[in-house]
Amino acid sequence: MSGSRPGRLEASLRAARDRGRKCLVPYITGGLEGWEAAVEAAAAAGADTVEIGIPFSDPVMDGPTIQAAGDRALAAGATPGGIVAAAAELDVGVPLVVMTYYNIAHHMGHRRFARSLAEAGVSGAILADLPLEESGPWTVAADDAGVETVLLAAPTASAERLAAVCARARGFVYAVGLLGVTGERATLAASAVVIAGRLKEITDLPVLVGVGVSTPAQAAEATTVADGVVVGSAIVRRLLEGQGPEGVGSFVAGLRRALDGAGP
Amino acid sequence: MSMSEPTPEGRFGDFGGCYVPETLVPACQELDGAFRAAWADEAFRRRLDDLLRDYAGRPSPLTECPRLSAELGLRLLLKREDLNHTGSHKINNVLGQALLAERMGKTRLVAETGAGQHGVATATAAALLGMECTVYMGEVDVSRQELNVFRMRLLGAEVHAVATGSRTLKDAINEALRDWVATVERTHYCLGSVMGPHPYPWMVREFHRVIGSEARRQCAELVGGDPDVVVACVGGGSNAAGIFSGFADGDAELVGVEPAGGAAVGRGTPGVVHGSLSYLMQDEFGQVLEAESISAGLDYPGVGPEHAHLARTGRARYENVTDGEVLEAFELLSRTEGIIPALEPAHGLAWISRERQALAGRTVLLNLSGRGDKDVDLVMGLQG
Repeated sequence: MSGSRPGRLEASLRAARDRGRKCLVPYITGGLEGWEAAVEAAAAAGADTVEIGIPFSDPVMDGPTIQAAGDRALAAGATPGGIVAAAAELDVGVPLVVMTYYNIAHHMGHRRFARSLAEAGVSGAILADLPLEESGPWTVAADDAGVETVLLAAPTASAERLAAVCARARGFVYAVGLLGVTGERATLAASAVVIAGRLKEITDLPVLVGVGVSTPAQAAEATTVADGVVVGSAIVRRLLEGQGPEGVGSFVAGLRRALDGAGP
Repeated sequence: MSMSEPTPEGRFGDFGGCYVPETLVPACQELDGAFRAAWADEAFRRRLDDLLRDYAGRPSPLTECPRLSAELGLRLLLKREDLNHTGSHKINNVLGQALLAERMGKTRLVAETGAGQHGVATATAAALLGMECTVYMGEVDVSRQELNVFRMRLLGAEVHAVATGSRTLKDAINEALRDWVATVERTHYCLGSVMGPHPYPWMVREFHRVIGSEARRQCAELVGGDPDVVVACVGGGSNAAGIFSGFADGDAELVGVEPAGGAAVGRGTPGVVHGSLSYLMQDEFGQVLEAESISAGLDYPGVGPEHAHLARTGRARYENVTDGEVLEAFELLSRTEGIIPALEPAHGLAWISRERQALAGRTVLLNLSGRGDKDVDLVMGLQG
């Protein structure tokens, strides 16, 4: 982010890194019953940022768990505006990021969506199906509103492409840990540390690995190279199973301990 | 205007583009490069032409319909894509993409299917070239198109019933995209319509251009020039794009016919799903609506971006017909000409039949994109 001041998200993750802390970003599907309390529990248990999913009807980057959570939230009447408004009421002390699909922003209008996030105190946005080449109209609106657009970097990208992604990414770079969609995996893919390493070589932005990071041990393994992790399906599954904010809080606390080197 | 190349970014006017997860961007770019090189390579074109002739049975005939023409008070011509191997136009695109996949070193094809025609065609091409094949099909469609499911399995393909969302074509595409995200290194996504991220809308139209090119030549021989009106059904819009591409630079009226329950152009607004910006049936929040049509092949809430462009520029117009009108047309063609059409092109005929007074005395070319064998059970059930 040459030349301009880092936004709140980037500044906060950098500050954590400077203290020698690995960053933890739990993902929670907005609109699920009790999601607000789950966000607060995750923050209290040691999250550095919380990612709030705005459900979309056709989530092509998501596996069965997050699809099911999104379907349940939509069936319960979740709307983008409602989730963003509820996020504004949260008092969590860490930056918030929303994750959704491009049509939600396109349909509301780039400027209106970006402004609504900024007004709600949401620091960043991830649009899972908006690659670099198509991101122009959205990033202009997001930059103007002060919303940091996190871009994904995938194992399939060339060195040249990774550099271009890093140059346009704000907040942090989201390293896609494997070839595939979101979901829990038994082991951390070898590609997770490879992509994190490739990115660490070319950018000073915080590099967080997500997709396929499911357990405290996997989080610790990924952060031998990466600056942090995003953990989604393992948390959302607990909510779908009815474990509630307490279940989320204790799982996130376990992740935190693993990242702090204290074991799960 | 003519239907030519989109911009390098894959835009047809305001529509199109390449809205895919980052993981897939390099694959789309590789495909764009591979298609450009192959399409400019005479050896590739010759191999595809040979397959289209010797394996698929092209050229497909142009058929006059004297009895039905008399009944409707117009001159009806049918482009007989129903007579291709596997029973629809889908084979044109699939042979092209399978050869391209082989050329790119991919060993596996993945496809979505609605009615099963594209799935059958993909399974066929995979068998022909000795490739693995996985087809995603919505649960609803698996049960209403059992015969095609059996055909795909017979051809060696794995068929996965998709139980999420609307359990039809839209969700089959989601699942195929998820598969591709995970297997992109050895898999080619053989998309079945003129939709999806660039280069698919353009590439699939080019593979179907043969329909329009043949039809124009055949019309010139039979009626001495272009027909007055060219009609095709539109779900994603591949058969329509194929036949329109032969006539777009002339004076013929181009009419795409959508199902009333899936009229993306007729009732949609611009939106992004499955890789491109086009007209889309969506709610006030941008959630994609579920289409509802008797025809599994047209049961889709979006439409290919070039159709959105043709509609906006006025070069083509898009009408819609009800399931009831479609069933009447299905029986009408069977009874008067001895041709049982698929329910998809029966949409085109339903519009022609409804608009017979406005079309009186004119020469109307209908792309008969598939045969009706697959639908006979369904229609029999409806007639109880």
